Amino acid sequence: MLAADGTPLKKSLNRALRLQKMRALALIAPLLIFVLVTFIAPIADMLFRSVENEIVSETLPRTTASLAQWDTKGTEIPDEAVFEALYDDMFYAIEAKEHTKLGGRLNYELTGMASLFRKSGRKVEDIGEVYQDQFEDLDAFWKTGENWNSFMGSDDWLASMDGWKKADGRQPKFKLREGMADVLPATTATYLKYAAFTQNEDQKNLFTTDPWAIVYSSLHKDLTGENGLADYTFPAADQLKAAAEAATSFETVNFSEAFLNIDKKWHDMDVWTTIKVYSPKLTSGYFLNAIDMQKSIDGAEMRPDNQQIYGILFYRTMKMSVIITLSCIMLGYPVAWILANLPARQANLLLILVLLPFWTSLLVRTSAWKVLLQDQGVINDTLVWLGIVATDDRLTLINNQTGTIIAMTHILLPFMILPLYSVMQTIQPTYLRAAKSLGATNWTAFWRVYFPQSVPGIGAGSILVFILAIGYYITPAIVGGTDGTFISNRIAYHISSSLNWGLGAALGAILLAAVMLLYYAYDKIVGIDNVKLG
Amino acid sequence: MNLTKTLMASTALTVAAGMAHSDGHMASEMTIVSWGGAYSASQQNAYHTPYSEMTGVKIINDESSAEAVSKLRAMNEAGNVTWDVVDVVASDALRLCDEGLAMEIDPDTQLADAPDGTKASEDFGDLLVGDCFIPQIVYSTTVGYRTDLVGDTPPTDICAIFDTDAYPGKRSLEKRPIGNMEWALLCDGVEKGAIYDALATEEGQQKALDKLATIKDDVVWWSAGADTPQLLADGEVIMGSTYNGRLFSLIVEQNQPVSMLWDAQMFDLDGWIIPTGLSPEREARALDYIMFATDTQRLADQAKYISYGPARKSSAPMVGKHAELGIEMAEHMPTDPNNSKNTFLYNYEFWADYRDDIDAKFQAWLVK
Repeated sequence: MLAADGTPLKKSLNRALRLQKMRALALIAPLLIFVLVTFIAPIADMLFRSVENEIVSETLPRTTASLAQWDTKGTEIPDEAVFEALYDDMFYAIEAKEHTKLGGRLNYELTGMASLFRKSGRKVEDIGEVYQDQFEDLDAFWKTGENWNSFMGSDDWLASMDGWKKADGRQPKFKLREGMADVLPATTATYLKYAAFTQNEDQKNLFTTDPWAIVYSSLHKDLTGENGLADYTFPAADQLKAAAEAATSFETVNFSEAFLNIDKKWHDMDVWTTIKVYSPKLTSGYFLNAIDMQKSIDGAEMRPDNQQIYGILFYRTMKMSVIITLSCIMLGYPVAWILANLPARQANLLLILVLLPFWTSLLVRTSAWKVLLQDQGVINDTLVWLGIVATDDRLTLINNQTGTIIAMTHILLPFMILPLYSVMQTIQPTYLRAAKSLGATNWTAFWRVYFPQSVPGIGAGSILVFILAIGYYITPAIVGGTDGTFISNRIAYHISSSLNWGLGAALGAILLAAVMLLYYAYDKIVGIDNVKLG
Repeated sequence: MNLTKTLMASTALTVAAGMAHSDGHMASEMTIVSWGGAYSASQQNAYHTPYSEMTGVKIINDESSAEAVSKLRAMNEAGNVTWDVVDVVASDALRLCDEGLAMEIDPDTQLADAPDGTKASEDFGDLLVGDCFIPQIVYSTTVGYRTDLVGDTPPTDICAIFDTDAYPGKRSLEKRPIGNMEWALLCDGVEKGAIYDALATEEGQQKALDKLATIKDDVVWWSAGADTPQLLADGEVIMGSTYNGRLFSLIVEQNQPVSMLWDAQMFDLDGWIIPTGLSPEREARALDYIMFATDTQRLADQAKYISYGPARKSSAPMVGKHAELGIEMAEHMPTDPNNSKNTFLYNYEFWADYRDDIDAKFQAWLVK
């Protein structure tokens, strides 16, 4: 079918509607962007942390690269090349104060890594000083940064630095002397890093700062290895050539030994396998941890028995949430029924009684339950006074699962009553009367006629209560003791206390997946269209 | 990290307006984060009010110290640090320092000398834990007991916790391994000097948990400092561990039938850190505040309001009477010679390494 201008009708209609759709989109755009930016993005970011593991390869790039060849199956610790790379990486990490962060990260996987990295931080800098001292002893020329700059820096840059003061504004960016990269390759690479760090991070005057010890180790490497010194005609040629001659007889550093002297753990297989296992940018380690497993050289394996906790907690969270949801249905259904069947005036009054605790602070309500439930609390005192329980045999109602179930059922009850009430209000009383006039007993009329119509309310209430329950952590923390706590309590611990956000995110992701799975199952079995909030 | 950065950047962009405001931080305002309650009040009286009077800087109190580490990390990642000075326990300060979230402090140039000219590094001595922490007080986790519920022979040593024959009834302990594991080993016959060596081994950890298992059914586990005082006051437990300042207020200010067992008290430190990422002006002001608030006189002043010991050696002789009750505070300090005959100093290095590992085992032990 064609429109008046000859284009297909469908196409022309779409064109006409597009403008309308755009306008509608523009109207909701502020909200959409707001939700995306303030809600979806942070959650996505948090969940992404459950697999993110860039810190290892970012802090130790050369080490992790050279570890690729290392045979983890063997019994040999990595060779000298790896330790030399480690010295390089650690040196920069220490200058940027990143090494302790990495130690903290790896300490989640292997106890002792935090102090190993913290302790090494103070001493790695000393390793390179062996070369620095020898160069400086050879010729005082090597002592000052000014001399280094005079041959490493380009003439333009040197001219622009001449007479520069902090008050003049931005420090002219270091420019390398042309051809230097061929003459002293390793030194150039190190020096560029040093210059960039000094100028940008430290905000110091590069011209008057003395170079890092690692620059001297690189120079030693260049002078004793491959270099382009033969054709060198730039400044300081004499000093460099003299140093090259002397460098061959310098005392050398064995990096492997040097690290062993810092801490004998550096020759420990566990340390190296942990670094290797956690060197990829993405890791499944957090998720494995969240299901009581751990990553090892041979792949995933179960954690030792005395460290398994999350499986128990997930199971307990699900089980207790189901119990709480069922308790809410049992208690909420009659209340909602009474509310729906009373005259409006009384119903409103009762509704306020339902809502009143809803408006009270969660902490206040939970603490009130503490007063009621504890051993010397109101309920036990009353029971003792009535002679129902003996005074030395009081009921344990708090700091266990009973406490959590009682307090949470009470706290979540309004979420069950309100949807039930609004659904029951729409059920015509005439249906019940019709059923009875056709000979049904009270029970049959209720069970066959009334109850099926109230199921959407139960569905809505159950979803609300269940989903709220599995994410609760304040109430279980206060009244749950040890066997009434939920998985959320561990998530809270990892987010705010242990700072293991990756593990917290993995636990959260599993919880989210479990909820979505249950929601999907509910939709398949009951049908989400059958859920009514009013 | 790229995705993270993009997301963070977009978040930051939308709240840019809000950021501009908070970053603008009026020159005469600073936000100081602490624990709230009586502790913050003592800081207000001893530090904030005199500092405001002297400099005209308005001090805003924030009571988020319990979540300081995670909040600072989040602020730092978002590039918007709104706190100027933060009160944290030493173990958190060590962690913040490791994470690069706290500024390194040179005690000798950035903290005040003692009145007699002693350098700050010497005046604070061993209490300078890590490179970022500025100690303020010494507090202890110790045990209080109900005098009317323990019979004729009140407990005198820490092992009373494990002695359910002599002292039947519930006891409250903190829901974390730190402190409890040390006490358990001590009462299991391990030499005090060998406790951390033992805890570093699988067998030692198991031994401590086994000892705790003997009283597992009698323990109420607490996580907030106010829990034990409340449990003691209600008669829910006959003894329990908590911070000495809480017990002081229960005994002296509220006159409850409770007494303190100073034996094997676990010393811990609380103090300041300055977050990284502050603008130069804010950083300079924070340092100025710290210089003032941690000098000898100010630390001694704080002890008038709360029973925590000043972290400087030079402050100890200046500790006077309680500001309202008029009683001598010295004898209520955890550092008083009568109280500190047998003490533990929280081993920061050890717990920084073993915290995650032992906590996992401790929690697994708890749920089973």
